[in-house]
This record gives sequence, structure tokens and C-alpha cells, in this order.
Amino acid sequence: MATTVGREEVERLEETWHEAPGLKTFLTTVDHKKIGTRYLVTSFAFFLAAGVEALAMRTQLARPEAGAIGPDLYNKLFSMHGITMIFLFVTPMLNGFGNYLVPLQIGSRDMAFPRLNAFSYWVFLGSGLFLYSSLLVGYAPNDGWFNYTPLSEKAYTEGLNIDYYNLGLLFLTISSTAGAINFIVTIFKLRAPGMSLNRIPLFCWGILAQSFSLVLALPALSAANIFLELERRFGFHFFDRPRGGDPLLWQHLFWIFAHPDVYIIFLPAVGIVSAIVPVFSRRPIVGYPWMALATMTTAFIGFGVWVHHMFATGLPQITMTFYAAASLIIVIPSGVQVFGWLGTMLTGRPVIRSPFLYVLGFIVVFVVGGVTGVMFAAIPFDQQVTDTFFVVAHFHYVLFGGAVFPIFAAIHFWFPKVTGRMLDERLAQVSFWFFFVGFNLTFFPMHVLGLYGMPRRVYTYQPGLGWDFYNLLATIGAFTLAVGILGTIVNVFRSRTRGAIAGDDPWGANTLEWSTSSPPPDFNFASIPVVRSADPNWDFEDRVEDGLRLERRELTLSEGHETIGSSWLDGDIEEVHESPSESPWPLVLAACLAVLFALLLTGHWAMAAIACGVCLLAWGGWHLKEPGE
Amino acid sequence: MRRVGLLAGAVVLAGCGEEQSTLLPESDATHSIDAMWWVLLIGSTIVVAVVTLLVLATLLRRRGSLDEVERGGGGTTFALVSGAAIPAVVLVALFAYVLSSLDATAQPKGRRDLNIEVIGKQWWWEVRYLDHDIVTANEIHIPVGVPVRVVARTADVIHSFWVPRLNRKIDMIPGRRNAILLQADRKGAYRGQCAEFCGLQHANMAFYVIAEPAQRWQRWAARERRPAAAGGRGEGVFASAGCSGCHRIRGTAADGRVGPDLTHVASRRTLAAATIANDRRRLAEFIRDPQHVKPGNKMPALGLQGRRLDALVDYLESLR
Repeated sequence: MATTVGREEVERLEETWHEAPGLKTFLTTVDHKKIGTRYLVTSFAFFLAAGVEALAMRTQLARPEAGAIGPDLYNKLFSMHGITMIFLFVTPMLNGFGNYLVPLQIGSRDMAFPRLNAFSYWVFLGSGLFLYSSLLVGYAPNDGWFNYTPLSEKAYTEGLNIDYYNLGLLFLTISSTAGAINFIVTIFKLRAPGMSLNRIPLFCWGILAQSFSLVLALPALSAANIFLELERRFGFHFFDRPRGGDPLLWQHLFWIFAHPDVYIIFLPAVGIVSAIVPVFSRRPIVGYPWMALATMTTAFIGFGVWVHHMFATGLPQITMTFYAAASLIIVIPSGVQVFGWLGTMLTGRPVIRSPFLYVLGFIVVFVVGGVTGVMFAAIPFDQQVTDTFFVVAHFHYVLFGGAVFPIFAAIHFWFPKVTGRMLDERLAQVSFWFFFVGFNLTFFPMHVLGLYGMPRRVYTYQPGLGWDFYNLLATIGAFTLAVGILGTIVNVFRSRTRGAIAGDDPWGANTLEWSTSSPPPDFNFASIPVVRSADPNWDFEDRVEDGLRLERRELTLSEGHETIGSSWLDGDIEEVHESPSESPWPLVLAACLAVLFALLLTGHWAMAAIACGVCLLAWGGWHLKEPGE
Repeated sequence: MRRVGLLAGAVVLAGCGEEQSTLLPESDATHSIDAMWWVLLIGSTIVVAVVTLLVLATLLRRRGSLDEVERGGGGTTFALVSGAAIPAVVLVALFAYVLSSLDATAQPKGRRDLNIEVIGKQWWWEVRYLDHDIVTANEIHIPVGVPVRVVARTADVIHSFWVPRLNRKIDMIPGRRNAILLQADRKGAYRGQCAEFCGLQHANMAFYVIAEPAQRWQRWAARERRPAAAGGRGEGVFASAGCSGCHRIRGTAADGRVGPDLTHVASRRTLAAATIANDRRRLAEFIRDPQHVKPGNKMPALGLQGRRLDALVDYLESLR
């Protein structure tokens, strides 16, 4: 098929982009696909850890006054469960998909800053291990993921638990911030020719909205972490009332970060859904510009609702009504998206496959979480059920329902692209039903528990309050859900080597990652694709044209590590973008940072100062000119 | 009629146990919240039902094929009307409803006929009657039908004061004096529990509100105001074993301020912030090994046993 010219071009590209397999490449690679896969695998491992923590808690709560787990361990478990799910699983997992898919979807050969990308991963891994080392030494964070002061102050939590929390999150923030900036620049500057702003795949819009939110929200969390650590270590007074601080400052700072964080988690997941719905509805998505706009609007309004977490703290009514209004308004962009998906499905010709099943499940459970979310804007009702299991039910419907369902949809949808093989569809569908039924059996009864007055974060409860039956149901549900997850893991492991060969485009999908081979070559595209619509892989002639351009050696950029740099608005070619090759410095710098944070944790200030210097040196080393450059 | 219907519904849901259920309101505030809940539930059920039906419709529709694709547009109006226009109208109405109901749970301004201060401590509740010389713990007696103003404070970390059947919760935050109205339409025992995570024994930080007819309440208050009667040998044990270092018994030398005031401890239904029932066996067990009964609480085991323990328990049991 391909002529000699085309084959020669491809060979040259292979030579340029190839990374010799081995330990050295493992430590130095900057390939976004390898890094993306690492993100996926690592964060999934954290997911399993959080799952084990959840099962332990559900075992303890299965019946009243059970003695499986004592209060100290229980408090650590729910704290680590929350921290892990939010910071070490959902966000990095979605970043993993982003890393793998964004360059492919926008027709690029890598991220804008490949080394920064490798650095983000290593820092994520380091901070995750840092946080989990706390369990080994018996000082896991134990004041919940929102870690309210003054409980988290030295006077009430003396051990290293909270220092682990503060420093671990600060460490992780470096990774998240670097990753977010990388996504923003990549999506704005490295798009394929013709991919104007109104043709960016909706998944990329989700990642873009997430990245902006991260960059704007994380400083509030970091400030809170730094303030609290200064207070714990050096006697500063940000939050302690007797000396003029205010514990509500922590709550404001935390939720200014943490409510947008809900959307940081949710928006890329929405992007996944918007990627999958049109493929299995066999038509373009309904109202593309509205869907993109809704994504960005949600991220924006998401910064104005945080006080609804604080309705019971005794704030003035006028303050509460403002945030209640914002909390209602944010329903509208989500409403547009839900009915955009439903409209697409109803006017298309649906094909039911496992990724689509997870998406359909997502829509139902997310809407349940959405309506209970609206309830929290009803101030008196919020004040009644906040801090009960009703809230636990709600946020699992929006976070597990709103993000983990899409993540599982994504696993089933993109597995063929990443591995070149199909998952076993029957096992996938059986697993789905365990997953769906288990999820609802776990979390639906928690609504009832909250209404019956069961507070959250209790390691035990007394019989006779009407809670026994619903707790038992939830525990049975948790184990059912675990079976569904286990089924998926088995499926992934089996199909990785034994699944049917997928081919480039097993789903007949609309975005560019499906126009290249599965798994994609190191250079992603032999000739950078040229795009004329929001569903480029359904423009069959254009894709044929890509092949013809390869024969003419157009847009192949085979001279070096190169890809296209384009204008941010219209996606016109602006320059040939030089992309750096593998490097040891990202790992070295991340390792230096890990040492720095370990020294900060143990209070070796002089050594920490030296470690700071070493970090600067490593950072300088990163900028050394390479031989041949 | 309405109440019967709600009760029936709640009982179907509840089966048993209702001391702490938000679905069994017993005050103006909680009736208002409860009514709001049913409005929200009905609205939500309609939304979820519509979406679920549309999803099911997708599952049942004529199947397409992965080889074909239809590039047509359309559907935008449907998405905008169903996803934006209709919700906007509903949400504006909901917002108006929320605004109109805010007063039901608002913080009371100024003193009432009966004023109580509740101070959250790790992990129990100190109760002070501001108009009477009464200090007690983990049990709040109020007259039926009278709105009582409760000032909620904390002595250490953040707690949240919550009696689900009588009112919404209110956080107890260092440096703040939040207030709430506590009112019960009928006599009864209403369980409350700390709702903000406050450390190791957050789970066992509960209490009871006892609503009783005015006369009975007067009798209770009169008794609470009296100092404790002399208690013979057990009183001596209380002092010598070290109990008095933390606990106060008015009318005796015991004047500790760390733990609950025990002047009338025997009249209370529960011990250790509603962790255990207040009977002789459990009281003795709690004194002998407090860390077993409520791990992490601040009461140490004082090594009391045998006759000294019996005498102490006798004495505490006499403090009615």
C-alpha cells in the first residue's frame, strides 16, 4: 500500500522517536504515552488501596457496636480513604487519560513540555509514597480529608499525622500545578492544523477546564497547608482562636480549593462521557459549542459555591443566600450537558457496548447525586443533613458516580487503543452489573441513614436507632461493588495478552487517536493530520489525505523530535515545535524534592536548607545544554 | 391527616428506632425542614424518573451499527430547553421557597424565657442553665412547647450540636457563640449527637433532650439546684481516689472542672455522653476500666476495686 517514499519517512520517524527498551529508558522517558500509562497504573494502585480501606470501614460498620476496628485506626482509614480517592486516584487517573490522549486527540506528537510531564509523574509517585509511608510508621493523617482546625493543631493532634498531610499535599501540588500548566499550553499551542477552538474534542475541553481550575484553586490549599504547618512547627497563629487566629479561616481556604476540586475531578470525567456518547450513538454530539461552554462555565461558577459546605457554622443569612443561589445556578450547565447526552442518544442509533453501559450508568447515578446536590442549596435542609451519611451518599453519587463510572467507561473505551487488544465484552458487561448494583446498594441506603440522623465519621453506633439494616445493606453493597472492580481487573490482565486484536479503530470513533495504529507508534502520527471538523476521524477523505501527504513528505517533520506549533485560536500552523528527548533530570529533581520533604517532615531544618540547594542544582542541571543541541 | 401520612411513611422507611430521625419532626423548625424535604424529594424523584426513562429508552431503541455514522445535527433545542430553560424556572421557584423558609432555622436573637448554654468538650456536653443555678451534663431538660434558647460553645475543638427531631444542627466553634432554638411539641426523650468530627470518640458524643410538662420540669429544676446530700464512706473514696480532681459535686469539697459535674449524676439516663446506660453494673465497669468502655476518653483508671469501688458506686448512685 505505502510506497517507498512513505515507508522511508516512517522508518526515519521510528529512528528519531525510538527509545531503546531497558532500565535507562524506564527512568528517563518523556513519551506522553508511557507517562500516561504510568499515571493510570499508579493511580489505579492507589484506588485499590482506598478500596481496601473502604471495605475495612464497611466491615466495622456492618453491625452496631462491632469491634473489628478501633477508633484510632478507623479515623486513619477514613482520612486516608478520602485523601487517596481525591488526590491520589481520581485526579491523577484522569490526568493519566489526559496525558495519553490529549496529544493524540489534538494531533500532536507529545505534550508541550515532555520533561515537565515526566517530572509531574515522578513527583506524583513520590508524594503518594510519602503519604502512604505515614501508615507504615503509624502516623497516618487522622482528622479527615478536610482536616479542620483546631482538631488538626498540635494541641489536639500531636503526632506527625497532620505534618504528613500538610507536607504530602504540598508535595503533590507541585505535580498537579506542573501538569495543569502543561495541559493548558499543549491544548492551546500544539493542535493539528485546522483544529480551531471550536473543533477541540470535548475531552480536551474537560482537561482544559480542569487545568485552569487547578492552577487557580491549588494556591488556596497550599496556603492553608503552609499556614497550618507554620502553626504546628513554629507557633504561628493563623487558626488558633485564643491568640487571635480563626478556625473558620481554615474552612474558607480549604473549601475555596475543595469545592472547585469537585469540578476538577468531575469535568474531565464529563469529557470522557462526551467522548463516548457520540461514538455509541453513531452521530456527532448535540450542541457541541454549548457542551464546551457548559464545561468552562461549570469550572467558573465552581469557584463561587464553597460556602455551602459551611452553612452550619453560623454565618450571616445574607452570605448563605448568595452561595445558595450560586449553588443552584451551577445546576444549569450540568443540565445542558445531561440533556445534550440524552439528546444525542435519543436521536442517534445507539450501539450498546461496555463503555457505553458505564456511561448510561453514570448518567443515572450522576443525576441522583445532582438532585441531592440541589438539596444542599436549600439552606435549612442543608443545616439538617450536613455532616451526616446523607452527605456521604451525595458525594459518592457525584464523585464515584460522576468520576469513577466515567473512568471505568474510559478504561473499557481506550483499552484497545493503549494495548491493541479488545477487552472481553461479556466479562465487561457482567462486571458492569456488579459495579452498578453494588454501587447503588452501597450508597443509596446512606441517604436513609443520614435522614435517620447518623452522623458521618463515626467508627461505631448504637443499636435501636434504625441504622442497623441500612448499614448492613451498604456493607453487602460494598463487597458487591468490589466484585465488579475485581472482574474488570481480571479482564484487563487477561485481555492484555489474549484479547482479540483491536485494529486502529474498533469503535468507529470520531477523534484523531483512532486514526493511528493501536497502540500508537512512538511518534503518534506519520504525517500530522489536518482537521476540518470537530469529528475528524469521521471525515474519511481527510484521513485518506493524511496518507497521501505522507507520500508527499508533507507535515511529516522527520528531521528531528518535532511537532506542529499552532495558533491558539484558529489552529493555524505557526512553527515547527522542537520537542525534547529523554532526560534523567526530571527524576533527579523529583527525588531531591522527596528528600527535601522527608527532611521537612522530620524537622531537620539545616539539612532541609541544604536539600533546597541541591534541588536548585538539579533544576539547573535540567537546563544544561545537551550534547548535539 | 398530614401527620398521619408522614408518620406512616416514616415508619415504613424506619421500621424501628426513631429517637434521632429527621423524618419525625417535633418542633416548628423541624416541621418546616421536613416539609421542605418532601418537596425536594418529590421534585427530585420526578427528575430522576424522567432521566432514567430516557436512558432506558436509549437501551431499548433500534440498534445502529459501529460501521455507520449519521453526521446530521439537531437536538440542540431539546438540550437547551430541558437542560437550561426548564431547570432555570424550577430553580428560581426553589430559591424563592428557600428564602421564605430561612426564618424557621434562623439563630434566635436576644434572650428567651429559658436560656441554656451548651459547651462541647472532647467528648461530652456541659449544660448550663443561665437563668438558674444548674450545671449538668449530657442531658438537657426542657419544658414541652417552650422555645428554649441554646447558646452553643466549645471548650476545645469544633463540635456540632444536633438534635435532629427538634432543630437543625449548629456548629460549636472556638471564639463564637452560635445560638439555636430548642423546642419540643410533645414530651419525650430526643437523642442528639455531635455532628462535626472531633477526634477519637466523636462516635460516642451523644446526649438526650428530655422534654417534660412544665410542672415536672419545675420539679426537676428545683432538685438540680440543690447541692448533693452527704454520702458517707463513698464520698471519702471520691475524694481520696482522685475523682474530685476532675469532677465537681456541689455541696462537697469535690470541685474539679475537667469532667462532667456529678452533683445529680444518678438522675441521668446515661453515662459517658450516652455511651452506656446509667445502671449500677455499667457505672462500676466504667469506673474500673474507662478506656475499655470509651477508648481515648480523658478519664483514667484509678485502680479501684472491691469494697472501695462498691462504696463509690453506692455514693454515686445516691446522687439523685
